[in-house]
Amino acid sequence: MRYLPLTPSDRTAMLAKIGARDIDALFCDVPKSAVVPLSAFELPDTQGEMEVERALSRLADKNVAAGAGPFFCGAGAYRHHVPAAVDHLIQRSEFLTSYTPYQPEIAQGTLQYLFEFQTQVALLTGMEVANASLYDGSTATAEAVLMAQRITKRPKAIFSGGIHPHYAETTETIANLHGQVTRAPVVPGQVADLVSLIDEDTACVVVQSPDVFGLIRDLRPIADAAHAKGALLVAVVTEIVSLGLIEPPGFQGADIVAAEGQSIGNGLNFGGPYVGLFATREKFLRQMPGRLCGETVDADGRRGFTLTLSTREQHIRREKATSNICTNSGLCALAFTIHLSLLGEEGYAKLARINHAKASSLADVLAKIKGVSLVTPSFFNEFTLRLPKPTAAVVEELLGKGIVGGVPASRLLPDEPSARDLLIVAVTETNTDEDCTAFAKALAEVLS
Amino acid sequence: MTMNNQGRPTAPGTIESNELPTISGDRGLDHEEKLIFELGRPGMSGVDIPQVQISETRLAGQRRRGPIGLPGLSEPEVVRHYVRLSRMNYAIDAGLYPLGSCTMKHNPRLNEKLARLPGFSDLHPLAPQSTTQGALALIAELMRWLTTLTGMPAVAMSPKAGAHGELCGMLTIRAAIEARGEKRLRVLVPESAHGTNPATATFAGFTVDEVKATADGRVDVAALEAKLGPDVGALMLTNPNTCGLFERDIVRIADLVHKAGAYFYCDGANFNAIAGRVRPGDLGVDAMHINLHKTFSTPHGGGGPGAGPVVLSAALAPFAPLPLLLHDAKGFRLIEDRADLPAGAKPFGRMCAFHGQMGMFVRALAYMLSHGRDGVRQASEDAVLSANYILASLKDAMSAPFAGPCMHEALFDEHFLEGTGVSTLDFAKVMIDEGYHPMTVYFPLVVHGAMLIEPTESESKESLDCFIHVLRTIAQEAKAGKRERFEGAPRLAPRRRLDETAGARKPVLRWKPKDLPRAAE
Repeated sequence: MRYLPLTPSDRTAMLAKIGARDIDALFCDVPKSAVVPLSAFELPDTQGEMEVERALSRLADKNVAAGAGPFFCGAGAYRHHVPAAVDHLIQRSEFLTSYTPYQPEIAQGTLQYLFEFQTQVALLTGMEVANASLYDGSTATAEAVLMAQRITKRPKAIFSGGIHPHYAETTETIANLHGQVTRAPVVPGQVADLVSLIDEDTACVVVQSPDVFGLIRDLRPIADAAHAKGALLVAVVTEIVSLGLIEPPGFQGADIVAAEGQSIGNGLNFGGPYVGLFATREKFLRQMPGRLCGETVDADGRRGFTLTLSTREQHIRREKATSNICTNSGLCALAFTIHLSLLGEEGYAKLARINHAKASSLADVLAKIKGVSLVTPSFFNEFTLRLPKPTAAVVEELLGKGIVGGVPASRLLPDEPSARDLLIVAVTETNTDEDCTAFAKALAEVLS
Repeated sequence: MTMNNQGRPTAPGTIESNELPTISGDRGLDHEEKLIFELGRPGMSGVDIPQVQISETRLAGQRRRGPIGLPGLSEPEVVRHYVRLSRMNYAIDAGLYPLGSCTMKHNPRLNEKLARLPGFSDLHPLAPQSTTQGALALIAELMRWLTTLTGMPAVAMSPKAGAHGELCGMLTIRAAIEARGEKRLRVLVPESAHGTNPATATFAGFTVDEVKATADGRVDVAALEAKLGPDVGALMLTNPNTCGLFERDIVRIADLVHKAGAYFYCDGANFNAIAGRVRPGDLGVDAMHINLHKTFSTPHGGGGPGAGPVVLSAALAPFAPLPLLLHDAKGFRLIEDRADLPAGAKPFGRMCAFHGQMGMFVRALAYMLSHGRDGVRQASEDAVLSANYILASLKDAMSAPFAGPCMHEALFDEHFLEGTGVSTLDFAKVMIDEGYHPMTVYFPLVVHGAMLIEPTESESKESLDCFIHVLRTIAQEAKAGKRERFEGAPRLAPRRRLDETAGARKPVLRWKPKDLPRAAE
């Protein structure tokens, strides 16, 4: 077995040093009845690299990669171009095969990029502090609600109907144990009223912008209304590229921002691993979940970085910890920070602009097709169309023409009758003009 | 072994790591590196994107009103920045990384290559399911491996890390208890447990009750039995446990827990000691998360991403969270919501958006197929053999609180350092000067000044012998009173000891420009 360096004679010599008769002697504490022979496992035996590559390549070939043709799915995961340098750098051994930086003297590389990552996230979101990442946007949203419940000591979280349904379900699963999540009605493409739902039991209002249909909303009135009742505003962002063009939640009164960072630096990966971004106000720092990296000095007085405020965390606080989280999404955060460093202020803004421009022009073309209307008057790089027939079937027909035309809203909201004829379409810099033309042509044909 | 500090002054405080100052501040291959925010210049970018005009009519008046404050760098500058940072890190690829309970084993590069096949990496989670059949088949095959190796009938794949898997397992248990119309909110957790166990139980809405350990480092069965009662929902037990020992009474413990009407949650962080030899299902386990980044070698990546699928017993399987994966004549099908549930399924909810850590699934399955069942078993045996070899070779020079044999990690305590003025932390920091990553220190908490060494199966005997020699010699130096070696350590790392107290008192968590572009409102 190519990954195991010990030879049979090494094993014999080591057993002799230990004073054990054979390997079974080392497993003497395992009840005899619980030891099973190899034949108990109906699984294959060891295989060479070439055979494994062949087997998994066959499975990969059964999928249709997003890059194989015109592709317009978004709804929480976005296909962007990731520069080659990003994937090369994150595969350096010193990043890929290191552990959590518990020994800071020999982990300054990881710690410094986490410090830079935290700074970038705070700058993008317009917040004061950010953590070293969480699992993904959905779990970050759940953590944000729990944090708001801790800060306000109130039970209720009000979810806008425009929140990604998976995010709402993830949050309900955990936050309902400690309080109560109330979901506002789903009104695609409209700025529904949330203010009237806020009461004295409200810990937070949770609003996504751009929302799951793509709609951009002004968070300021909701923030003001929440604050007036002593509640917090949790802002959710699933497409982080949008903040290159639209006003960040931190400048609109958000108290906590929970976001998905996948769009920067990370591939689609069929849904994971992704990277949760989490930012807040400095005054709430000690209620924040997740790892934090801080600047300090070493014994020689040189600037250095270390994990800090770990008294919030499970390995110190155990059952009193702010969260049970033990890890972050380190390598995905590294990919994020490298890609953002490559983009810089200019590149990030240009990327956002080209996304919006492409989406706008496709929306214009598609909305001219007979029977099709644009549901979202505002949007960044994702918009929702109303089609004259159920979307799921349309998407299947488009697929027959080699086009993946977006996410049927009914896939995310199966119980919502109004979602049946809605199609959520995302356009990024990776979509060519030819892709967009082909999509418009195919949709017109399918609907004719 | 050459000592780099030979011939240097030895009094504490007089040893300087920078005794040969350089003009640049860099030293040979060791480069200092500024923060990215201290580099670059406005207008520069490492990505070429055309400037396009946009109309503002569709931005709902929400156009960004000011600059962000990101620096501008070209690609060569960015590459150099991160390459320099990487060189300040220790890594498994560079040396033995004996962090107990973390399982720093070799990360095969084949697995990286396969995870990057466009059919996996460029696949959208909400793409039509007819275009993702290969990905779903891969998940199904990984599920088959996990259920077969553990002897459990079901597995929930979506948890994104070990602690997330624990949460999933405990929420499954909670749902099963509620379905029985009972209320059992107390969870028993041994005092040796990893901190995530009590944190998870609380997070899932239970209260935590600690169970004492015996003098031989295992759960005190009598104490456990005394604590069981009609309000106990579950026992959370790590096996092999955090002291690196197999819980001999595990079958009896499982029986007691079941007789009391509670469930047995096993923390599978140490499954890598027994995979291919012992099936947790045969031990009476009801739920167990598996850290794919430990047992099945997906890279730790400086702290994630991980993956924590949870295997479930027949009693718990119906309560597994969404999404579910079904297979019928038409192929594989993801069930993503309650509108579409198969008979008997009562999912407690959803752990995260989409379907789990696909990128990690590909790597883990590649690891499994490469090893095969025989290789998985051999890897477990080699991990246990190597840990016992270390225990046997060092127990006279250091001090082991519990008699062997151990499982895949060897536990030492600070007893051998008594009276030397050297602490466990000092000992660990000298290892850094010797070119090693320290072992896990001060965990588990049940042992004073714990040093938990997990060599894994990835080390050759020569590598283990060298490591043993270095640790023996460090222990001898401590006992010989060479305190100065320890007090200033590390001296040869990119940084010396960091002031963590000052860092926590007045936290500086981000770089700040002299003039913030805009203050947050």
